[in-house]
Amino acid sequence: MTELDARIPPGPIADKWSYAKSHYKLVNPTNKRKFDIIVVGAGLAGASAAASFGELGYNVKCFVFHDSPRRAHSIAAQGGINAAKNYQNDGDSIYRLFYDTVKGGDYRSREGNVYRLAELSVDIIDQAVAQGVPFAREYGGLLENRSFGGVQVSRTFYARGQTGQQLLLGAFQALERQIALGRVQMFPRYEMLELVVADGQAKGIITRNLVTGAIEAHSGDTVVLATGGYSNVFYLSTNAKASNCTAIWRAYRRGAYFANPCFTQIHPTCIPQTGEYQSKLTLMSESLRNDGRIWVPKQKGDKRPPLEIPESERDYYLERKYPSFGNLAPRDIASRAAKEVCDDGRGIGPGGRGVYLDFADAIKRLGRSTIEERYGNLFEMYHDITAEDPYKVPMRIYPAPHYTMGGLWVDYELMSTIPGLFVLGEANYSDHGANRLGASALMQGLADGYFVITATIANYLADKMGKRVAADRQEFKQAKADVDDRLKRLLAAKGTRSVDSFHRELGHIMWENCGMARSAESLKKARVEVRALRDRYWREVRVLGNGEEPNQSLEKAGRVADFFELAELMCIDALQREESCGSHFRVEYQTPDGEALRNDDKFLYVSAWEFTGDGSEPRLHKEPLHYEEVKLATRSYK
Amino acid sequence: MNLKLHVWRQAAGSSEGRFVEYAANDISPDASFLEMLDIVNEQLIEKGEEPIHFEHDCREGICGSCGMMINGIAHGPLGGTATCQLHMRHFSDGDEIRVEPWRARAFPVIKDLIVDRSPLDKIIQAGGFISVNTGNAPEANDTPISKAIQEHAMDAAECIECGACVAQCPNGAAQLFTAAKVSHLGLLPQGQPERYTRVLRMVEVMEQYFGSCTMFRECEAVCPKEISIDFIARMDRDYIVARFKAR
Repeated sequence: MTELDARIPPGPIADKWSYAKSHYKLVNPTNKRKFDIIVVGAGLAGASAAASFGELGYNVKCFVFHDSPRRAHSIAAQGGINAAKNYQNDGDSIYRLFYDTVKGGDYRSREGNVYRLAELSVDIIDQAVAQGVPFAREYGGLLENRSFGGVQVSRTFYARGQTGQQLLLGAFQALERQIALGRVQMFPRYEMLELVVADGQAKGIITRNLVTGAIEAHSGDTVVLATGGYSNVFYLSTNAKASNCTAIWRAYRRGAYFANPCFTQIHPTCIPQTGEYQSKLTLMSESLRNDGRIWVPKQKGDKRPPLEIPESERDYYLERKYPSFGNLAPRDIASRAAKEVCDDGRGIGPGGRGVYLDFADAIKRLGRSTIEERYGNLFEMYHDITAEDPYKVPMRIYPAPHYTMGGLWVDYELMSTIPGLFVLGEANYSDHGANRLGASALMQGLADGYFVITATIANYLADKMGKRVAADRQEFKQAKADVDDRLKRLLAAKGTRSVDSFHRELGHIMWENCGMARSAESLKKARVEVRALRDRYWREVRVLGNGEEPNQSLEKAGRVADFFELAELMCIDALQREESCGSHFRVEYQTPDGEALRNDDKFLYVSAWEFTGDGSEPRLHKEPLHYEEVKLATRSYK
Repeated sequence: MNLKLHVWRQAAGSSEGRFVEYAANDISPDASFLEMLDIVNEQLIEKGEEPIHFEHDCREGICGSCGMMINGIAHGPLGGTATCQLHMRHFSDGDEIRVEPWRARAFPVIKDLIVDRSPLDKIIQAGGFISVNTGNAPEANDTPISKAIQEHAMDAAECIECGACVAQCPNGAAQLFTAAKVSHLGLLPQGQPERYTRVLRMVEVMEQYFGSCTMFRECEAVCPKEISIDFIARMDRDYIVARFKAR
């Protein structure tokens, strides 16, 4: 085991980023065009990075598996983006956003990174508005804000319930402009299937053209992964169907350490599952908790319709347990509380796995039209899916996998343990500790893409001129052969079961044993089950068609194969972390009233796992966390 | 419920396509249209037949990936919704459903129900942006924007680039798509400096790929975001002004 160095700049926390920017090496403007940067993914982080690189004058190649860079799952983010503008005069500041994020993450994030994120948050809003992002406004024409979970100020900027869409379109439009200018070459319908490391540095990728099936090598001076999170390891999650871990998992297998894989966020407000055929779970934005009140019947097994349950027989459990934050308690706490009341037999709806999110009081107080203006499209989506009218009856909600705080380990400059491999957005692990606060994912993706990577990549490239390797070198040939071989094995299994049937079974194992509550026993059991299922997968999976045409089963098959391996690492990491913190709840470690019980003496570190070969145990490395600004304390939202 | 499907199958853009009949049995009315196709696909795989290829991703009606002609209507009979948000409760037991890819000259078929919509991105590349480099932005609240203007711009900005407007149009026109972007940016103060060059360039590229608008209004009727054709009138006005300015 080695201790990892995050390369945090010296000086007081408020000066670290400006110190770093003033001291990073630069690439002069006429030399930038001599560098090729490969960007994989075009969500908020990837699109903003690719566009900004193009503006600076680099040559950019951007790869997405969608037909257009505008389809990435960032587009589905609903509620908003945080920024420490303090427009509301309610006591917000950069320091407070930093503090809230560190506390919300249950003291498992890196102070230096989080402070930088809070600093950059204000620039993101300026950038987005200049691009034409139509954020909500007050009648006077100035920007409006709302509240999100885990904080006591209103710092969330939003565009109806489609903030992710509008921010992504801002970045997408900037990217399209660079494509038109010839600074960015776009590769739509290309999926990255392998990373190429040469001379100890990331020098390229292997892709599959999803239309022709061609396997191609692409070389560059550096590789930037912005490929999102891995919640789909649970099969049912709020992620898009194609969201997957393949890019980061391939990088892990080539030497990038994987950090905190067990930190996975379960979002408290999603539409509950209705049947086995269900393909995904739909999120209902956290912003709804500004006006909605969460409750269950006080009586176990109370089957009466919600409107027939009188006020005195309802348990508004979040307001009762966390009076100072109420319905806006952070996600991990709200999710666990929902699970607790359902485990207690007081859940509602099919199978008793649901709680009410009730707008009756808000409609009475504010009128239907205000609620319509704030949440109209969410209410409509709920109605489309459930055929119930949330203006009349309370919504039914239940927690679902939503976001992964874990990801590839990166230092302060967003570089992984493979030199020249940078990782942005949800794909890295850096800023949210053990639990992410609402409206912070958009902030991180854009901070990484617009502002951080543009400064740090020059620091890496400055002395790399002319050191690109040709795409016909042995390392590329070998990586290409590995990809070919893997696809052939999947096609050759010719088994009896579909990819989806395996994926669903894997998801079930992970949800039951490595989901909202984990124990040593459940994790050991899950690991054995995942391995056994993985072995069966390679023998029994049925992938029809061939590799030389569009083949959606083959695409899925490769992604699910990687989910199997990641699932095992998640169990190993969760087993190793013998404490509860944030989203990671080990039932053995809890306070008498059921809250997460951290162990700062033993686990005040980031776990970073090194791949040591198939069938061999991954090696644990630690990055100790140092808290100089924020005092470690038991997180309380009471 | 039990349904009979007639689905367009086409192995590749270059090959002949045809309708193939499938039975979709025991479908829950709470399943989405795409989940119904998932079920059919699982059965096809079991039988050793290649599954029906269709594009989809977020399944929340926002990414714009999915889309098919369902009984001749883009995104199906419900209106104001993308295919992924159409649920089977809007059909009846015993229904026959005809499922086809987007029909438009500009969108060639790639496989089965998947088409190539890349000409839409070409229109955006022509000018569907505000030219502001990262880091150049002024303080956000320096430019107040009236709530009415911001809401109006947002009505246009909601477009998900699914291509339903083009697919439904008898002329295969992309006016609604183009007008939505022209209007989103042209309504806002930030978009003014490029307002007239933008509309000229975008319309020029649009006309290279797509048919002409003759105001059938079919686009508006199928748009999952219910974007109004008033934006087309707005784009036309801007275009005329731009032509005069350019003389």
